[in-house]
Amino acid sequence: MAALARLELTDEELDRFTGQLDELLDHVAEVEALDVEGLPPTMHALPIANLLRPDTPGEVLDRDEVLSQAPVAENGQFRVPPILGEAP
Amino acid sequence: MSADTLDVPGLGAPADTEWETVVGLEVHAELATETKLFSASPNRFGGEPNTHIDPVSLGLPGSLPVLNEKAVELAIRVGLSLNCRVQPSIFARKNYFYPDMPKDFQISQYDQPINVDGWLELPSGKRVGIERAHLEEDTGKTVHIGGGGRIHEAGYSLVDYNRAGVPLIEIVGHPELRSAEEARHYVTELRSILVAVGASDGKMEEGSLRVDCNVSVRPLGIDRLGTRCEIKNVNSLRSLGRAIEYESRRQIDQLISGHPIEQQTRHWNEDDGRTHALRSKEEDYDYRYFPEPDLLPLDPSAEWVEQIRQALPVLPRDRRQSLAEAAPTVEADHIALAVERSMDELALAAISGGGPSERVMTHVIQNLADGVGMLSPESLASLVAMEEAGELTATQAKKVLAVLVESGGSPQKAAQSLGFEAMDSGELETLVDGLISEHPDEWSRFCEGDNKLTGFFVGQVMKTTQGRADGKAVTQLLNARRG
Repeated sequence: MAALARLELTDEELDRFTGQLDELLDHVAEVEALDVEGLPPTMHALPIANLLRPDTPGEVLDRDEVLSQAPVAENGQFRVPPILGEAP
Repeated sequence: MSADTLDVPGLGAPADTEWETVVGLEVHAELATETKLFSASPNRFGGEPNTHIDPVSLGLPGSLPVLNEKAVELAIRVGLSLNCRVQPSIFARKNYFYPDMPKDFQISQYDQPINVDGWLELPSGKRVGIERAHLEEDTGKTVHIGGGGRIHEAGYSLVDYNRAGVPLIEIVGHPELRSAEEARHYVTELRSILVAVGASDGKMEEGSLRVDCNVSVRPLGIDRLGTRCEIKNVNSLRSLGRAIEYESRRQIDQLISGHPIEQQTRHWNEDDGRTHALRSKEEDYDYRYFPEPDLLPLDPSAEWVEQIRQALPVLPRDRRQSLAEAAPTVEADHIALAVERSMDELALAAISGGGPSERVMTHVIQNLADGVGMLSPESLASLVAMEEAGELTATQAKKVLAVLVESGGSPQKAAQSLGFEAMDSGELETLVDGLISEHPDEWSRFCEGDNKLTGFFVGQVMKTTQGRADGKAVTQLLNARRG
């Protein structure tokens, strides 16, 4: 899992997090034991749906101000380190 | 051969095996909204880099997405026109690390998409199943600089977030296409539908319509699917066909030589006409999908869906049918082409205005490829009527049509301004009789049955009249004189 998340962990950290994950899994097991027969699935914690916004253009950010926050910018764009492979 | 490779359809098959190509397409289309899917920045192609950006499309901390109503409406239009069921849906985070998405995830729909279980009918009548058509946001654009422009070499990348957050509909078809040609028909038909319902401009060359194709092969008659490869970077209908043909050939050769296909994502290279391995294919669990906590479920009311359904325009399939009924002798390809060019309304109006359908369709297909300009259906109808009555030759009609497209007006006036006046039959007879006496040898050979000489006499008439005469009338006259 650490490899998937691109995290570098020490052995000590791995031990500690594995313990914490086990606790989480135990909790999931408790939830799984509940009888949910006949209950509709919950899509969201709040009982509301369809919060929509009209398709009207609003303000955009100032490019120079945004790029001034970036570590490196070039030609009005964000400059980032070389990327291995292509986008998924 | 190990037990698990025995299961691979076609592995080690003899060279003369007959194969079947299986294609399933995923089409992404940018929706024609004014603003992005979750924020109010403009959704517009081009523009200076990073000028259509806001806190949401940059994924700034604390920013929250709010769903665009128009994008939902357009998605429902697409779903309905693809015969899908519109259902309650939720959004999901698709997690991955890549700088084209600054928040390190893309908001998409996963296990509960808005549209499911539809179909699309190809002009051939074949129905291709649509698994789903869901909403998601587009990513930013990255350009690799230095290191020869190749992504695996050193250098760096520049990122433009103008496209990040632009609404997309992803239409996932079942692997029911069986050839490169069928795949092209599918994309053409899908694009016509998207354009007809106003959901997208469907421009492959600007990237507003993008196609990923899943290709596998199997020996003809085997039901099991082979291992598929997904091909990216297919930017035109032509490359779609070429890529599928190349890829199926590659897989067949590999299987015949005894090597199983590895499930991969491959990149189509237009220049060398090949596909190249990009990476082994990600599985869904690599993306760690989970429900997007910042967005509420979407549950369009039955009334809203019905309202959208009522407002749908006539779809290409039904338009083809109407035109085919009005022009029953015209071949199906030409009917489809007229609809694809949105000239079916003009053709129908001209036909119902009295124009013979074949002549109308000839002009629509052959002479109006660059658009109809100022041409009205009425003048197209009277132009073909003039042709039919022998007042204009086919060549003259084509020239008159060009004038009508350019500046409108009536075909009578345009013909006059071009100096096209029909020859009366007396004038033509005198001319033909003159030619017969000038060329007695040719005439006697023609009388003996050498029909090739028709061309000689027609040519002479055309030369003398500078193309004013009707070739058909000359032929008829010659045959009448021969007796």
